[in-house]
Amino acid sequence: MSIGHTLLGLLESGPRHGYDLKRAFDEKFGHDRPLHYGQVYSTMSRLLKNGLVEVDGIEPGGGPERKRYAITEAGVTDVQQWLATPEKPEPYLQSTLYTKVVLALLTHRDAADILDTQRAEHLRMMRILTDRKRKGDLADQLICDHALFHLEADLRWLELTAARLDKLREAVVR
Amino acid sequence: MTPPGSLLTARDLRKAYGPTTALDGADFSVHPGEVVAVMGPSGSGKSTLLHCLAGIVTPDSGSITYDGRELTAMNDARRSALRRTDFGFVFQFGQLVPELTCAENVALPLRLNGTPRKEAAATALDFMRRLEVDDLAAKRPGEVSGGQGQRVAVARALVTTPRVLFADEPTGALDSLNGERVMELLTEAARATHAAVVLVTHEARVAAYSDREIVVRDGRSRDMERAV
Repeated sequence: MSIGHTLLGLLESGPRHGYDLKRAFDEKFGHDRPLHYGQVYSTMSRLLKNGLVEVDGIEPGGGPERKRYAITEAGVTDVQQWLATPEKPEPYLQSTLYTKVVLALLTHRDAADILDTQRAEHLRMMRILTDRKRKGDLADQLICDHALFHLEADLRWLELTAARLDKLREAVVR
Repeated sequence: MTPPGSLLTARDLRKAYGPTTALDGADFSVHPGEVVAVMGPSGSGKSTLLHCLAGIVTPDSGSITYDGRELTAMNDARRSALRRTDFGFVFQFGQLVPELTCAENVALPLRLNGTPRKEAAATALDFMRRLEVDDLAAKRPGEVSGGQGQRVAVARALVTTPRVLFADEPTGALDSLNGERVMELLTEAARATHAAVVLVTHEARVAAYSDREIVVRDGRSRDMERAV
């Protein structure tokens, strides 16, 4: 995730202090990984240098946490561009799991076992997410759903590969 | 051997339909209050396993122990009685009686067991509340949505407070939002009444509501908890 763009976007609704930005970020997007103060200030100084934000006011006392930042016109354009640009779909073509399965077949180990063990691990994670979703608010539900759909896609691949192991063995063991 | 504390256990189940082997040495166990998902591809034998466990189908060989009693040694009448008193069932399609209201559908198993009408209606309403369908009490199955109908079916399956709830692809005909709501309410209600749940599903998102999964492949089962 682009922290710079996210902080810029949060500034669009009005000027904020650095600590206020961190709090807003953590609350909305930082469930698992809250920002460090250092990250906020290094990002803000970069945005400042690039003219995407400006210092809107400084409270007496000094120190970076006293600065209040406001987004500039260039900053708004930058956020707009970022939002309008689609994210690159990740095709996951270099799957470690695929490599493991092929290696297991090549070395005459039990490839089905690898797939079953992985499936159990995926389901374990899906249970944790499902439980979190059940207890969480709508934001939590959407975040967990995103992860759940990806894990589910992996599981479908595991199923399909398990059903095709004999063919795959023929193809790779030559 | 029965695992300690297990409510329903199967050992080395075998079942063939003519030349087709459906079960080829399947094992299973579930504890009181536990939700176990039975997973596996189509035709792997998972529905046959459920039907054997529920006493609907008799296996060719192997043993099924329910609460210390051998299910395969019981006569048909005894097994039917058990299905009425101790087991509950939910299928892919609710199979509600279209001529009855939703409340009458839910109360039906109690009425068949001889519960007086008023008491049956009160208990039915309580379970409809748990499944959040009490507002549909006076409606007929044809007047409610698929997800609502399925929740009514779950209420009906749990109204007798069975010790085991068998659910065969209970969300198979629903979209994912409705399916998840059914699973949430089903598992909550089952846990509240300490019912064990045997959940047959091919969907990982549905299986994620279970405590543990068993994978059936080519008629053989694998307990994934012991595998990891």
